[in-house]
Amino acid sequence: MTQEIPADSVGIVTPISQLFDEPLQLKSGKVLKSYNLMYETYGKLNSDKSNAVLICHALSGDHHVAGYHSHNDKKPGWWDSFIGPGRVIDTNKFFIICSNNIGGCSGSTGPSSINPDKGQPYGPDFPVVTIEDWVKSQALLIDSLGIDTLAAVIGGSMGGMQAMQWAIDYPHRVKNCAVIAAAPKLSTQNIAFNEVARKAIMSDPNFADGRYYNKGEKPNQGLMLARMLGHITYLSDEALKDKFGRDLREGEFKFHFDTEFEIENYLKYQGEKFVGNFDANTYLLMTKALDYFDPARLYDDDLGKALSHVTCDFFVASFTSDWRFDPKRSMEIVKALIDENKNVSYMEIEAPHGHDGFLMDVPVYMNGLRSYLDRVAAKLGVKQDAC
Amino acid sequence: MRADLEKIAQWIEPDKHVLDLGCGDGDLLKHLAAEKGITGYGIEIDDDNIITCINKGLNVIHGNVDEGLSSFDDDSFDYVVMTQAIQALKYPVEALREMLRIGKQAIVTFPNFGYWDCRFGLMLQGRMPVSKALPAQWYETQNIHLCTVKDFEVLCKEEGFRILERSLVDKSHRDKFFIKMWPNMLAEIALYRFERK
Repeated sequence: MTQEIPADSVGIVTPISQLFDEPLQLKSGKVLKSYNLMYETYGKLNSDKSNAVLICHALSGDHHVAGYHSHNDKKPGWWDSFIGPGRVIDTNKFFIICSNNIGGCSGSTGPSSINPDKGQPYGPDFPVVTIEDWVKSQALLIDSLGIDTLAAVIGGSMGGMQAMQWAIDYPHRVKNCAVIAAAPKLSTQNIAFNEVARKAIMSDPNFADGRYYNKGEKPNQGLMLARMLGHITYLSDEALKDKFGRDLREGEFKFHFDTEFEIENYLKYQGEKFVGNFDANTYLLMTKALDYFDPARLYDDDLGKALSHVTCDFFVASFTSDWRFDPKRSMEIVKALIDENKNVSYMEIEAPHGHDGFLMDVPVYMNGLRSYLDRVAAKLGVKQDAC
Repeated sequence: MRADLEKIAQWIEPDKHVLDLGCGDGDLLKHLAAEKGITGYGIEIDDDNIITCINKGLNVIHGNVDEGLSSFDDDSFDYVVMTQAIQALKYPVEALREMLRIGKQAIVTFPNFGYWDCRFGLMLQGRMPVSKALPAQWYETQNIHLCTVKDFEVLCKEEGFRILERSLVDKSHRDKFFIKMWPNMLAEIALYRFERK
């Protein structure tokens, strides 16, 4: 079916794969000899290269944030409603970049890529990567695009953490940082959930110590369980209740263990959909990168100290029904910024969707972010030019 | 700009760090930043106001004063300001104490319930007062903790707050000479600047 593309969409977009031949020193001490980054851009880089906005994706996201790869695509990129001409992140004003993180499975080098040393997929030999490593690789990407300073780095959830890491690691290359539905580090409970997800994958008999690529079967069952568990933490109890209640597929109890409640059916559907386009080893890596994220750790567990040298302005937002990264977690970031006298605005968005709220078209959230970015554009003197 | 905000701006020294509780649309902060070079933050609960503040390029933090200000450290601001909000708080005394924990000085403005028209309404008409400063009917007012100039000064004494400056004005925020003759009767709006003893 041909997709009708709205006028305010970025339209048909083509991802770009770029090879980096210089070795990348990773936080773990290991080195990635060479790697590919898959990325997309929307809008036009202005002449003084001051209007670049980097978007960092969440755990299961990728570089395809907006637009369509072809007219046959059923769905646009994962944050399409926010990005386009006249939309919240306005492509008439900004040049938008998003790359798939290293370790990913959407085109950037990751465990499913061929390890040049062995001629086989990396699998478990792919080094454990951190959010700092991703930021470093993205800095090299914007170098290659000739961009010195980003007008803004924007991210939700894991992407929000990555945006924060950008502000910390490259204080003079970031002017604004939008940290949405994030936390300064994972809570014990967050790590616990991640560990259950990893165990679900690793205990799948098809996992084969991570070397499953050339075998017939993949650890789909384990990955599906991990996704189902994750999905519960992305939604609020209220959102689940509104959507599925206690509805039964066949209207009455059947006294068996097959899918009976609508919520069971929904989780199964989400899990099955996910295993079709995600790699189990990537899931392990992403959750680990999240667990390790803790910028205050190097500064006596003082987040203020970790942020003391940042120079950019911050927009922080949280969602009332988010229990994965509760608004209190965002307030920890805000407090640290206030303690250090940094420019920050904070919105606590009333929304029922849970953690996933950051992806939703919540009007007050969209207006808040739009207002913030309008100021960013005005301050930079970014002119609205037709693309 | 509202005249009471003008007055507050006169009280605030340049280049200081200011926290504005219930900053509304950010008029005061914007003015202070432009004219006095202050830095600081507004706390606001209403989304539309928050977005207006963001539009103005101000630092605004979503927050409810009644839920506490524990995320702010002791003595972290030169001034903590609260205009026309104390009467709507559930816990006004706690808020005043917090203002002087966080700030070196506090500035508060409120409608004076001792104003003759309020007294007149209650005494002669037997009705809860409705005036320009207090326009809502009793059943829909957000002003649940109204006080008079005298009440406020008694509280300051009990709490050990030192009043540094006060300004008592009419509804147009004019500093009329006759108000000084009988402040608690003739002032519609009261402004105070105070600190810890």
